[in-house]
Amino acid sequence: MPNLKDLKNRIESVKSTRKITKAMQMVAAAKLRRAQDAAESARPYAERFDAVLSSLAAAVGDSDSAPRLLAGTGSDKTHLLVVMTAERGLCGGFNGNIAKRARQDADRLMGEGKTVKILTVGKKGRETLRRTHGDHFVAHVDLTDVKRVGYGDASGIAADVLKRFDAGEFDVATIYFSRFESVISQVPTAQQIIPFQVPEGADAGALYDYEPSEEGILADLLPRGVATAIFAALLENGASEQGARMSAMDNATRNAGDMIDDLTVEYNRSRQAVITNELIEIISGAEAL
Amino acid sequence: MAMQFELVSPERRLASREVRAVRIPGADGDLTAMEGHSPVITSLRPGILTIESDGGEESFAVTGGFAEIGPEGTTVLAERALSTTDVDQATFDDWVADAHRQRQEAPEDGVDAAVKLVEDMVAMGGHIGLDARQPNL
Repeated sequence: MPNLKDLKNRIESVKSTRKITKAMQMVAAAKLRRAQDAAESARPYAERFDAVLSSLAAAVGDSDSAPRLLAGTGSDKTHLLVVMTAERGLCGGFNGNIAKRARQDADRLMGEGKTVKILTVGKKGRETLRRTHGDHFVAHVDLTDVKRVGYGDASGIAADVLKRFDAGEFDVATIYFSRFESVISQVPTAQQIIPFQVPEGADAGALYDYEPSEEGILADLLPRGVATAIFAALLENGASEQGARMSAMDNATRNAGDMIDDLTVEYNRSRQAVITNELIEIISGAEAL
Repeated sequence: MAMQFELVSPERRLASREVRAVRIPGADGDLTAMEGHSPVITSLRPGILTIESDGGEESFAVTGGFAEIGPEGTTVLAERALSTTDVDQATFDDWVADAHRQRQEAPEDGVDAAVKLVEDMVAMGGHIGLDARQPNL
């Protein structure tokens, strides 16, 4: 039987753990609100942008002069996977799920004889993937010092990706992130960003005049489209991370509570046993006289 | 004679209201959009975007992006946009430095466009009354 002192120490230690998880949960809840607001305010831009880009792409799509970002390089030999995860852990399955999704796709592509390159954004995904796919890493973007993800961060990543594309380092780029559905549900998602995919049912809607020219605008918009997609993904990821952390910490807090209850019952029982024991000793001592 | 106008940047919506006219710094020159304008999509150069409404004029500094003009409304999707009163020297220096960096990194066939970007950026500063500190190149 564990002695009383040990039990007491355990209870104290679980209690202080519970304090920490509770605090983390509250911090995550506050940050989640901010992250959701950010994602919300970015939506009008992304929606308008997609609408215009889709109709332009549908209009220009089939011509021979279509830019490579839209038409592709004509091959799909080399894939770049941009895996976006968090910089910090303690958020349940968030990082693991994204990494798992990316790992499955990487293995499938390699099985098909394709070359896979991986660009990681966020430390946690890099750590998880290093063991199995470390030799495919081409670059890493560290966002540890970034307090609030801005469009500048996204366009920085986009610029890097585009530079590699122009240098012919890959044919197809896909981003991996977690879509925020609700606090309890975040869906790891893969989205192809290069070549740009015209959504089903996008019509040419060719009643616009274009200045300077359709091709000119499209060539200007496509790189921005990459940045916009990455920015949207970063924001979704930000909200998902906080949501995942919040529910993970909520669980942890509840588990700590259960554990404290169990330990307290055990502690009381042990204490009672000690008292009973002492009484028996006194009584039997008195009877012996 | 009013039309719906929206100005959005990737991070937020800056304006959404009824306006009489919008002066847009298009890539090929300024243009003014009013109700009933034929549908046009134009890319933007760095410059000042001015909206005229019943409440008077209001101007924003934008640094590229594009505008979608239609008979009922105009939507401007700016890469970066700020009310001209909110642009301070530090922000402007950042923008100019960014334009200079793009020029240095520009590929062979993009140098002209990148030089124009820097010039437009500096000119925009002139309109707001800010001096571009040219970095030593």
